[in-house]
Amino acid sequence: MGVSILALVYIIAAVTFIMGLKMMSHPASARQGNIVAGAGMLAAIFGTIFLYRNDDGSLLGNKLWIFGGIIIGTIIGVMAAKRVKMTAMPEMVSLFNGLGGASATLISVIEFNHLADQGFPADKSGAGIMAILFSGIILGNITFSGSMIAWGKLSGKVKDFSFNGQHIVNIILLVVSIGLSIYISSHLQATTTTILFYVVFLLSLLYGIFFVMPIGGADMPVVISLLNSLSGLSAACGGFLYDNKVVFTGGILVGAAGTILTVLMCKAMNRSLTNVLIGSFGGGGAAAAAAGEKGQHKEISLNDAAVVMSYANKVMIVPGYGLAVAQAQHACHELEKLLESKGVQVKYAIHPVAGRMPGHMNVLLAEADVSYDNLLEMETANEEFPSTDVVLILGANDVVNPAAKSNPASPIYGMPILDVEQAKMVIVNKRSMKPGYAGIENELFYSPKTSMLFGDAKKVLQDLITEIKTL
Amino acid sequence: MEGSYMQSFFQWISTNEQIIYVLILIIFLGFIVISRVPAVLHTPLMSHANAISGVVIIGAIIVMGRADANNYIALVLGLLAVILGTVNVVGGFVVTDRMLEMFKKKK
Repeated sequence: MGVSILALVYIIAAVTFIMGLKMMSHPASARQGNIVAGAGMLAAIFGTIFLYRNDDGSLLGNKLWIFGGIIIGTIIGVMAAKRVKMTAMPEMVSLFNGLGGASATLISVIEFNHLADQGFPADKSGAGIMAILFSGIILGNITFSGSMIAWGKLSGKVKDFSFNGQHIVNIILLVVSIGLSIYISSHLQATTTTILFYVVFLLSLLYGIFFVMPIGGADMPVVISLLNSLSGLSAACGGFLYDNKVVFTGGILVGAAGTILTVLMCKAMNRSLTNVLIGSFGGGGAAAAAAGEKGQHKEISLNDAAVVMSYANKVMIVPGYGLAVAQAQHACHELEKLLESKGVQVKYAIHPVAGRMPGHMNVLLAEADVSYDNLLEMETANEEFPSTDVVLILGANDVVNPAAKSNPASPIYGMPILDVEQAKMVIVNKRSMKPGYAGIENELFYSPKTSMLFGDAKKVLQDLITEIKTL
Repeated sequence: MEGSYMQSFFQWISTNEQIIYVLILIIFLGFIVISRVPAVLHTPLMSHANAISGVVIIGAIIVMGRADANNYIALVLGLLAVILGTVNVVGGFVVTDRMLEMFKKKK
């Protein structure tokens, strides 16, 4: 009876996972979808603890250990999730993802030890089990070490690192890991198998590190999404191993969804996945753009900027990566309120990939209490630019680069952008004249309409606020 | 030799026929379910999918529950697997909820 109830619980859980993902595709239903899938997960976890039966019909033992682990994990998980700053969201997701990968790896390690103690099955089914075990180990380890590096890089703890021929080393690492796994699976011998098993273990860990190390900060979301898809697949291996359909279904679902999400993200940034992974982005295009006329840029003083903005009818703020890094969303909202109290209409133009991750900017501004009505999506914003007096660009670069429309040689050519040049005046806040992550020059900065206001976004905004108050 | 490998391959296919069907259908389902998500929701979606991939916690629980009560290596590794899996699941869902709460607040 218990077993059939558990089967039902698993089926329901699998359905909630699918529904949860489906509901995530609309802002209105997304939060509910998250709760639905969470409830399904909860049911599956407790169903397993109390109803699961081993092959010999016995219930699961060690319940104290299990509950101890769940309680500790819940406390850590909730604390981390509640405390993390909204700007630090990308690294948090990456960290959680890595832990899931580690969990999948540990399961395979325990199962391997179990098999090694019992003596490996001699028939062909042994090879099948080993193949799944190794897939679980390799995928889990890449997810773990890769996500840890991604986490370290995003939180500034790990610096970019690459060496000549790294791609070749990476490919060799991966090929050797897979080759060894196949060899071990088809030649099971108690003595060498265990040693080789841990060789594969180490090699796949190393691969994860080298794979993520050279990838640039702004491409991290794509990599995290990819690693997320791998962690789904590693979970699916666990599901296959124990013939557990809900783990299998959930894992494959995330694997497939993560893959398509990775592709979608690349599309939104107008990049190909190969480009992100091999990191050759901008090579040719940067040269082409750099060869063009650079011209002169002009600067604007804080005081002038304050005057221009205070006496404008309509100001459009274009927030970007720089605002997210400087954590300037609250200062930004303060400026907005101040200008509005002076009768200036203030709106935000949000590019779909503005921020550190797609959709990140909306979350950040929402956190700073910016009203939803003031956030304009790209299409609407583009209609409003011609009637805008001042555009204030805060740490955005590639999303306002006219080269995306005018220069077919540019690597971002074809990416939809915000047409800020339609406005009467553009003020660009940047830390320096250095190009954005795409490594390409931005003609906008040399346009006669544009004035540069250098400095950290948060500092500049605070100074602007002070200036406007003293006007 | 070659023949026996082919044979075992076909045998593997027929023993796992059902799960292969399930695999294919879920892959397509995953693609279809996700393919129309607006870019605005990519971040929470990623976090949500990440929480679901923590379903591996069920595997960890089973491993843990089966471990011999005297096998401390298995128990400790299993405990670690359960803790890490739980952090992934709980943290993932809570953090996604926090992000989506902000979307909702905007109306």
